Amino acid sequence: MDIFAQQVLNGLVLGSVYALVALGYTMVYGILGLINFAHGEVVMIGAMIALAVVSALLSVFPEMSPFLMIALAGTAAILVCMSLAFFIERLAYRPLRNAPRLAPLITAIGISILLQNIAMIIWGRKYKTVPQIFPTETFELFGANITSVQIFIITISALLMAGLLVIVHFTKLGRAMRATSESQRVAGLMGINVNKIISVTFMIGAGLAAVAGILIAGNYSVAHYSMGFMLGLKAFTAAVLGGIGNLGGAVLGGLLLGLIESIGAGYIGDLTGGFLGSHYQDVFAFVVLIVVLVFRPTGIMGERVSERA
Amino acid sequence: MILKRSLAIVVAAMVVAGCGTESETSDGKQIINIGHVGPLTGPISHLGKDNERGAGLAVDEANELDLVIDGVPIQFRLLSEDDEANPQKATVVAQKLVDSNIVGVVGHLNSGTTIPASTIYFNSGIPQVSPSATAITYTHQDYQTAHRVMANDEQQGKVLGDYAVKTLGAMGIAIIDDRSAYGKGLADEFESAIKDAGGKILTREFTDITKTDFTAILTKIKGLNPDLIFYGGMDSQAGPMMKQIKNLGLTSLFLAGDGVQTTQFMVLAGAEGEGAYASSPGLPLDQMAGGKEFREKFKQIYREDIQLYAPYAYDATFVMINAMMRANSTDPAIYLPFLRNTDFPGVTGRIRFDERGDLRGGSISLYQVVEGKWQYVETIGGAD
Repeated sequence: MDIFAQQVLNGLVLGSVYALVALGYTMVYGILGLINFAHGEVVMIGAMIALAVVSALLSVFPEMSPFLMIALAGTAAILVCMSLAFFIERLAYRPLRNAPRLAPLITAIGISILLQNIAMIIWGRKYKTVPQIFPTETFELFGANITSVQIFIITISALLMAGLLVIVHFTKLGRAMRATSESQRVAGLMGINVNKIISVTFMIGAGLAAVAGILIAGNYSVAHYSMGFMLGLKAFTAAVLGGIGNLGGAVLGGLLLGLIESIGAGYIGDLTGGFLGSHYQDVFAFVVLIVVLVFRPTGIMGERVSERA
Repeated sequence: MILKRSLAIVVAAMVVAGCGTESETSDGKQIINIGHVGPLTGPISHLGKDNERGAGLAVDEANELDLVIDGVPIQFRLLSEDDEANPQKATVVAQKLVDSNIVGVVGHLNSGTTIPASTIYFNSGIPQVSPSATAITYTHQDYQTAHRVMANDEQQGKVLGDYAVKTLGAMGIAIIDDRSAYGKGLADEFESAIKDAGGKILTREFTDITKTDFTAILTKIKGLNPDLIFYGGMDSQAGPMMKQIKNLGLTSLFLAGDGVQTTQFMVLAGAEGEGAYASSPGLPLDQMAGGKEFREKFKQIYREDIQLYAPYAYDATFVMINAMMRANSTDPAIYLPFLRNTDFPGVTGRIRFDERGDLRGGSISLYQVVEGKWQYVETIGGAD
């Protein structure tokens, strides 16, 4: 039983991060109908910036409180990622807004490769270690082991997701975002600055991505220039699974994908009598995706597509 | 008059410039080209450069001896190429070297590059001695040209399996590998060695080199409560894996191969790396027959310490030169059988090849992380 509880917990930790990143994909898709493939790289940049700030602070002020340190590193990472997203949108997507849909997809992939290579030039090819500024404590929960970092990940992710839903559904900015997603032209006629709303959407997504990057780097204690690529692909899968364009769907899809991967890797061997091993972890996740899409082509929560944010 | 003089200068310049590609030096020695290949750019370029220096040192020393082969004074020249640790690039530079009339090649560094390149050397009849490729396939292709001066993964897996069961007393064992040629090969050999030694494989799990999350497979392993977890793979995964093992509350021992016996592993694993075991082919440098002397010499010339495999590259080069001396020929077809029959006291130990070109009685050393450092535990095999 405790093994099952542990697998569920592993899945939730993994899933909360997927969900945070998936929100960025789904928000941009909801408004522009664009799949921002550079989003995974924004996560990586967030992790790298935070790591650089923490390392610098550790060498200059070794006595600084870890909470202040992580707050400073987090702020720096979020600001850098937000400005990065602003410029990516401005340079790579806005000029192509009325171009055929394939064109911005290609620039997105181009930006993704560009960011990876810039990061490789700045931070090198090696796996970088993230210093442990908080002592890791392990707690027991329903027979499963959970570390303080993992509790932090789940809490922060839940708070951010709730905050985002509040912004989208209960503020003026959120209303403008929803209006823009319905129709950019009509929203513009109603006095909404559509360009500004699109920029803000990109920046909110990038802020969430920066936090996700810090959480991942903190949990696994490593950061690497290519860490965003696979993560971005998985988060995109999560967004599609939940119903792309739907905020609740991204959260649900992220958590589900995390659970499927972790339980799949843990039990697939036993379920198939050793025929399939844990290297089918990813295959298992994608089979679930295909099955869902066969029966619900718009994703699990896709029927609410008209309400997309 | 002026024309004549400038013509004379041009001719003189051509003669001087031509020396580099001539087959004779200015003092009448015949130039013999030996190839070297390793990754000189990219993430493991420091290891490639290290091998190049090892081979370069051997060539320089051989030249100081004023060797004469078949009545002709000889000057060796090292032609070094960069394969970027990339299998495709490896075949390109291998062909380039073959076309440059080399008589033998020292390299490559990685198993993944050595194996595809070995086909080209074999087809051209060029003897090859790899200092550091350990994958079994390399010497199991029935190529008479393929040799290596380091114990292979079969020997390493066997020693690790024996060590896990007999010395560490582990009976229930869980294996994880990264599905790479190296990781899977080592894990396969380890698994069969465990079975031979009477241990029990509880589960075999898999990951790949893009992953940093191993909690799902580790949780499954935790449920089986093994005495020992073996990882076939590299340090970049082993570091985070070690952290997750400790965080999940697993108390099993951790054992891995030479891909993990690095400082990078300790950096990544941090305090959680404590107690991990890993092996490395060969003896620690300080225990090699000529290890200390070699290090002094190396440091004096290159003003930098040895990274990893330089002594093996040095030995690989000398083994080749030694075979030419015994054959009294630099013709690859003539000295190749002499290379196979080598018995040479190298810096890394006594070097002899078996019928496949593998190092006979290659030794494996075990290390454990103690207080954040790899500490030498013991060496198994070797003196046969």
